Amino acid sequence: MLGLDKKDTSLFLLVLLLVVLAPFLLNPFPENSELAQFNAGYPDLMQRFLIFGIFAIGFNILFGLTGYLSFGHAAFLGVGSYAGVWMMKLLTMNVLPAIIISVIFAGLFSLLVGYISLRRSGIYFSILTLAFAQMSFSLAYSVLTPITNGETGLQLALDDPRILGVSQVDGSIPLAHFFGVNMRDSFELSLGGWLFTFNAGYYLCAVVMMIAFYIAVRIFRSPFGMMLRAVKSNQQRMNFTGLNSRPYTLAAFVISGMYAGLAGGLMVAMDPLAGAERMQWTASGEVVLMTILGGAGTLIGPVLGAGFIKYCENIFSKINDNILYEWFSALPEAVSDILVFVIHPFIGKGWHLTLGIMFMLIVIFLPGGIMEGFQRIGKLFSRKKKKEADASGATPAPAE
Amino acid sequence: MEILRVEGVNKSFGGLKALNNVNFKVNEGTVHAIIGPNGAGKSTFLNCMIGRLAPDTGTVMFGDISLTGMKPHEINQVGVSRVFQTPEIFGELTLLENIMIPALAKRDGDFALHAFARVDQDAEIRDKAMHMLEDVGLAEKRDIIASSLSRGDKRRLELAMCLSQDPKLLLLDEPTAGMSRADTNNTIDLLKRIGDRGITKVVIEHDMHVVFSLAEKVTVLAQGTIIAEGKPEDIKGDPRVQEAYLGGAHL
Repeated sequence: MLGLDKKDTSLFLLVLLLVVLAPFLLNPFPENSELAQFNAGYPDLMQRFLIFGIFAIGFNILFGLTGYLSFGHAAFLGVGSYAGVWMMKLLTMNVLPAIIISVIFAGLFSLLVGYISLRRSGIYFSILTLAFAQMSFSLAYSVLTPITNGETGLQLALDDPRILGVSQVDGSIPLAHFFGVNMRDSFELSLGGWLFTFNAGYYLCAVVMMIAFYIAVRIFRSPFGMMLRAVKSNQQRMNFTGLNSRPYTLAAFVISGMYAGLAGGLMVAMDPLAGAERMQWTASGEVVLMTILGGAGTLIGPVLGAGFIKYCENIFSKINDNILYEWFSALPEAVSDILVFVIHPFIGKGWHLTLGIMFMLIVIFLPGGIMEGFQRIGKLFSRKKKKEADASGATPAPAE
Repeated sequence: MEILRVEGVNKSFGGLKALNNVNFKVNEGTVHAIIGPNGAGKSTFLNCMIGRLAPDTGTVMFGDISLTGMKPHEINQVGVSRVFQTPEIFGELTLLENIMIPALAKRDGDFALHAFARVDQDAEIRDKAMHMLEDVGLAEKRDIIASSLSRGDKRRLELAMCLSQDPKLLLLDEPTAGMSRADTNNTIDLLKRIGDRGITKVVIEHDMHVVFSLAEKVTVLAQGTIIAEGKPEDIKGDPRVQEAYLGGAHL
């Protein structure tokens, strides 16, 4: 289907199914239960899953295939965001032009950064990209204030021209829409104790992510993708085989930069503002973590990694001591005190600790990330099946 | 007809003169061996030919193209392929992919953005790669990862990668180093077989057995200078060669 082979088609359909049904899947607990804390099926977070999924898919095209570790990809996301907000300020509140211009600007900026940074490889390349990203971050805070609005961040205003739209509606800033469909529009479905939210913005993100994912699958299976893996494997052999590795790496860099810009544009489409902190090195590091955690070089690993990190960030950080006491209310006070004391560092602001430990465990025991974990489980099952089959084959069948 | 002509090549590393005014010619369709003791400058010489090192002075002409100053991928694109002393293959890729890459490089040039084509549907390249794998006897292993091959198989794979490009000139840097006698003989047979395709070959080799069973002409390099050149039989008896190469012992 769509020029994919059987295996990739089923993978694509699986991802499609998960994305479409996410509002159900991420809300497994009834609204009033104590476990509702762990529900992730609200629009804001689901949008973030997909947006960072796109960011990680793009990053994986560069890092997973060519092995070039960029520490500055957040800069492209930031540039995309600013470009998107400007589009909404100047042109229209329709998100489509904003998203398109985000991709274009991020692509141009990554062409510049890539052209310079790719003169070096390995750690020097990483440092160069990091330097570019930090430079962009600092500039956005200081001299570029007329464009970026400095520390406040770039926001929409009532006196924005919006040539193809209106400056204001009833005295307030108009809402972001996609050909009339408001991004904040949601349809809520109440079933028993459960509440499921279907948000227009989320489904726009879903469509964009499926397109982005599809393109990534095609790149992975193309001669171009094979050449990128050759870059990672043995660049020297590649050059002596008559291939110029530079344009290959540059193309991969620009493509992944455009993915980052797309993610930035979608962020703006969901929430029309942009701040310099989006370009900070921690944001660049986050996408590296997502990709490695999920499994660099795999197709859906980075998406899973993105979901995992965003889930930790949003869910664990919201648990506080009071909630813990509620959970342990059945236990004697002394015991619950001790339990809360032990768990306290891992929740709330301590969610980084939880994430850090998980990251270390995964990298040490599953160097291939979450995907390797799945593969091992899959192998375990197939081996068991094989053993059973062997065993049943070995024992002589009773005569009938 | 000359296919390769090297004139007045000098190369120094600091104070060490690795190549001293080397002049060298290879005739089309022949097998030319370069022999010499360790540190004679053989590999340096090969590196100067294929753009891995830039010679200090002198010219390298391939037909009527000057190779001096060209980048490695450009040199390959005009028809010069090289087998390295330690096999340079794409370790993480399958054998089939290892051969499809050079075949694609030959067909599509040094860069092609075929991001929406499918590798597994490119019948032309696939067939060529399969054919090549059969030629070197690795067809059954086509889907395994190249780094898991034995050393001898890696060499054969690398040779197949170079041959899949139908090069005009093939440079081989000690193609049998570290191989058992049986593997060496297999490689000699393989190289003789591909000789039928009219590919000119320059072989650097330590193993005299290999040199004398393959080469039509031998050049002896010692301390960066050519000390003898001629037919294998003549070289065998040359006292200067025996002096330099074997410390005076008879071959």
